[in-house]
Amino acid sequence: MSTEPALSLRGVVKRFGSLTAVDGLDLDVAPGTCLGLLGPNGAGKSTTMRMIIGQTLADAGEITVLGHPVPAESKQARALMGVVPQLDNLDVELTARQNLQLYARLYRVPRGQRDEAVARALHMAQLADRADEKADKLSGGMRRRLLIARGLVHSPALLLLDEPTVGLDPQIRGDLWALIDRLRTEGVTIVMSTHYIEEAERLADDVAVVSLGKVIARGSPAELLNRYAGAEALEFYGPPDRLAAVEAAAEAAGLPTRRTGPAVSVLRAETASASFLERNGNGYRRPATLEDVFVLLTGEVPE
Amino acid sequence: MTTTRSVEVAARAFEPAAFGAVLVREMTLFRRSWRSTTFAAVVEPTVYLLAFGFGLGAVIATLDGIPYVQFVGTGTVATAVLFSSAFGSMFDTYVKRYYMHTYDALLSAPVDVHEVVAAEAVWFGTKAAVYGCAPLVVSVAFGLPPSWGMLLVPAVGLVTGIAFALFGIWMSAIVPSIDAFSYITSAVLTPLLLVAGTFFPISQLPQWAKVLSQLNPLYHCVELVRHCVFGLRPLADLYHLGALLTFGALMAWFAVKRMRAKLIS
Repeated sequence: MSTEPALSLRGVVKRFGSLTAVDGLDLDVAPGTCLGLLGPNGAGKSTTMRMIIGQTLADAGEITVLGHPVPAESKQARALMGVVPQLDNLDVELTARQNLQLYARLYRVPRGQRDEAVARALHMAQLADRADEKADKLSGGMRRRLLIARGLVHSPALLLLDEPTVGLDPQIRGDLWALIDRLRTEGVTIVMSTHYIEEAERLADDVAVVSLGKVIARGSPAELLNRYAGAEALEFYGPPDRLAAVEAAAEAAGLPTRRTGPAVSVLRAETASASFLERNGNGYRRPATLEDVFVLLTGEVPE
Repeated sequence: MTTTRSVEVAARAFEPAAFGAVLVREMTLFRRSWRSTTFAAVVEPTVYLLAFGFGLGAVIATLDGIPYVQFVGTGTVATAVLFSSAFGSMFDTYVKRYYMHTYDALLSAPVDVHEVVAAEAVWFGTKAAVYGCAPLVVSVAFGLPPSWGMLLVPAVGLVTGIAFALFGIWMSAIVPSIDAFSYITSAVLTPLLLVAGTFFPISQLPQWAKVLSQLNPLYHCVELVRHCVFGLRPLADLYHLGALLTFGALMAWFAVKRMRAKLIS
């Protein structure tokens, strides 16, 4: 496998008026890996996605997709890339099969291979038995799978998934995760933006935490946990003064904390001293999660 | 899935494959909607033709040496072309861009804005060419003598239709909201329609209006259609065709420029 990254962003900047949506973003994605772009709403994930496909033009920096500089060779880059947008833009008047046939043509799949490519994409998305139904007759989960199939019909080397499960029921989300996981094991390079921590934790080989248009942490979910949150967390509940006292004690003991609603979580709890535990009580002990890392890094107050 | 197909995407300015794929999309959708579209496109100008032709035809026998019903019949070709090109593309393009995000989807594939605009305009132009013949067919049924020149009318409809479709696409990209189309309809398209020599000859108009009508692309369409039906006048017709092509080229430039600005931020 070549060592050249499938996708590379260098110092990418995008401003909308006085708002800097992307602020010097650097990113490399190795071929065959799944990168989760994790960040709160407004962190610049969607803008980054749009810049990769050439629908938003960067004010500064360099973007290279599978060896093609974007936007100069955006069209060639798009031919090798599959895009699954956050917003459903299927042709609802057409059947699932017709939607895929159109995109097979748009992606220049040779005529003789189109039927096979469509059949493969339908099978992959488990829509073979609903192929001839109009898209607006499909359920929300099926439409999302069709949207993914549409991005796969030309067997792209790189797949962009923008918030693939936003607004879906947990059962359907699980379904889509299984689909994305299958693609990953088949070697498709995936860049997936999400603000669902669990999604990144389950699917991503590598996570880039994005905040205010910059990558502020990068690594596998396990590395990020290890680096920022440790193995365990202690959750304390109580009135505000009690929580403030716990926070102060944790700070004195050199332990990071995060607030979540009515609780304060002390991270790296496995390293807490006996005296700390004695003074503050045992709290509720749980494994640290990527969510702890996320809140710690991107701040407790949503923007 | 691990092997990637090598894709031949030329860095060419205009790729027929991209243009063709967008056109095929329209044709596929049309197979579902042709009944209602065709009904509106045929019935509307026919109503105009019958109302003016027989209503005013009872008062006015001939105009410019042509029976009035035939004068209006040929003039209504331009009405039909305008309805299915400018009106159609204006609303359709806006809805696709703003509400359905169709263009975002298309532009994620190896297709560029000018190829999308070209395909949309050619598609609307083709429909305009076909629907533009409806009033002519009705006129023949009501006694207009058939002529070989009539076979050129679809070509006139195509050129005019593409140009006005591009106008509609341009408008769809500059209006602040879909409501603003009523200004364009009443302040631009309806006047263009009325002072094009469709229902009365422009020789009836004051001098300044006659001069202005030379700037009305629809007037050139009406003239070409009448000449196709009643006898070509090569020199004058080259002038009219040139005027339509110039209008089309200008509209293409504006349509692509404004659509690109809307779709690529």
